[in-house]
Parts: sequence; structure tokens; C-alpha cells
Amino acid sequence: MSAVPETLKFANDHGLHADDHGGGHHDEHHDTGGNTLFGFWLYLMTDCILFASVFATYAVLYMNTDGGVSGKDIFDLNFVLVETAALLVSSITYGFALLCAHKQQKAGTLLWLLVTMALGCVFIAMEVYEFHHLIVEGNGPDGSAFLSSFFALVGMHGLHVTAGLIWMLVMVFEVLKRGLGAQTVTRLGCLSLFWHFLDIVWVCVFSVVYLLGAM
Amino acid sequence: MSHSAETTAHGSVKSYLVGFVLSVILTGIPFWMVMSGHFGKSVLFYSVVSFAIVQIVVHLKYFLHLDFSVKGRMDTFAFLFTALIIVMVVGLSIWIIYSANAMMM
Repeated sequence: MSAVPETLKFANDHGLHADDHGGGHHDEHHDTGGNTLFGFWLYLMTDCILFASVFATYAVLYMNTDGGVSGKDIFDLNFVLVETAALLVSSITYGFALLCAHKQQKAGTLLWLLVTMALGCVFIAMEVYEFHHLIVEGNGPDGSAFLSSFFALVGMHGLHVTAGLIWMLVMVFEVLKRGLGAQTVTRLGCLSLFWHFLDIVWVCVFSVVYLLGAM
Repeated sequence: MSHSAETTAHGSVKSYLVGFVLSVILTGIPFWMVMSGHFGKSVLFYSVVSFAIVQIVVHLKYFLHLDFSVKGRMDTFAFLFTALIIVMVVGLSIWIIYSANAMMM
């Protein structure tokens, strides 16, 4: 007698489960968005380890200047402070863009994205200027182990920021053409993680490379 | 589930502003300390490293919205695991190479 309800219960559970899956399709965008963000976060963690390896390389090599310039000779902290300010402000303006996107405010999202891009371009332009200046003065990446590791570390961060800017440009066109659908907002969320992550890497760069190098 | 997640996962204008003001302060102080030239090397070293660590935590909390909520926990654990790996990769590399350097002297 008791076995029958058990079986029924099992069948019921099974049925309910299947139903959940069926019903899940309504929420698919939401769930997929969460998984997408988590997956992207895991990618960023591997990127973190990549940056950590290059930081370790820099920490090991920075004293090997081969009789050439050291950090103290080539770093201009006022210049770095302006770069840092541009990146910090771009972090909060991207935050505002994301908040607007969640509220489905298309114009606000686009405006803040463009402001963020402008600040990102200021940062990249300053970095390119700094690199160009160093190379022209004869302190290119082939100068010494210190310069190689400096260009590798700061350049890798710069390449990431450039990739972020290109991604942001693509998102501007996507928002313009398709509006703020669930998928677009998820993509903006991934870019938000990327952009804020790069800010954290920059905190490490200006602390370890520029501040500790210039003191 | 999605409601509570929305308030924590996306932040608000206020939380972004708080994070921004904190990070401006945490950036400004070490820059000022190094540029003023009033401080000794070891003081500067430990201050710059501490301010950087605090600023990273501020960014993680206010910009990346890491927390220990049910939904955000996995992100935080993934980060903590990565941080452990990073401490090992960077810390042990420096330890090994600097010890090797000292022995070569």
C-alpha cells in the first residue's frame, strides 16, 4: 500500500522537474545572463593570473637596468596622476551607463558610454605618448631587462584597455540598433566587469611600477 | 531571487559615488606621500602597498559588487582562490629569485 504513493511521489517529482525545465524557458534570458556573467568572471580570473605572472616578471627584473635608466629617471608622477584620474573617472561613468541600461534609459546609457570612451581614449593617448617619448629618447623595450618588463606590463594593460574601448564602441552601435534587450544588458554587464577589472590592475600598476619605482 | 540580486548586483548611484570618493582618497594619499618626499623608503613602501590593497577591496566591493550573498558567493570564492594563486605565483617567485640573487653575491 505504501509503495504506491512513493512511486506516485517519484513520478510527481519527476514530472515537476520536467515542468520546471519547461517553465525555465521563460527565464532563460535571466538565467543565461547570470551564467554568462559568472563565466566571464572566471575568464577575468585567468586574466588576473596572466597579469600576476607579468607582475612577478617585473618584480624580478626591475633592478636590472644594464647601466641605463631606472624608474626614478623616466617616471613623471604628475603625468601618471592624470592618467590615473582619467581611468578612475571612467570607472564611475561606466557604472552610470550600466545603471541607465538597467533602467532601460537608452539616451543616458549612450551618453555615459561615450563619456567613458572619451576618458579611455585620453588614457590610451597619454600612454602612447609616454611610450613614444621613451622610445625616441633611446629607452625602448630593447634597452634593458627593466625596460622590457616595464613595456610588457604597462603595454599589456594598455592593450586590454584598447580592447575594452573597441568592445565599448561595438556596444554603442548595438544599443543604437537593437535597444536595451536582456542580451544587450548582459553584454554591458560583462564589459562592466572587464572595465572595472582593468581599473584594479591599474591600481597595482601605478602602485608597484610608478610609485615604488619613483621613490 | 532576482529581486534581491538586482539590488546587490547592480549597485546604485550612491554606492558608485561612495566607491569613487574612497578610491580618489586612496589614490591621492600615496601619490602625495611619494611626491612630497617627506617620508623614508620603508614607510613609503608599506604605505603604498597597504593603500593599494585597501583600494582593491574598495573597487571589488563598490564597482564589481563582490559580496557573500547566495548569488554572488561563487564570484567571491573564485576571486579568493585566484588571489591565493597570485600570492603564491608572485610571492614565491620574488622569494626564490631574491634568495638566489643574495646567494650569488
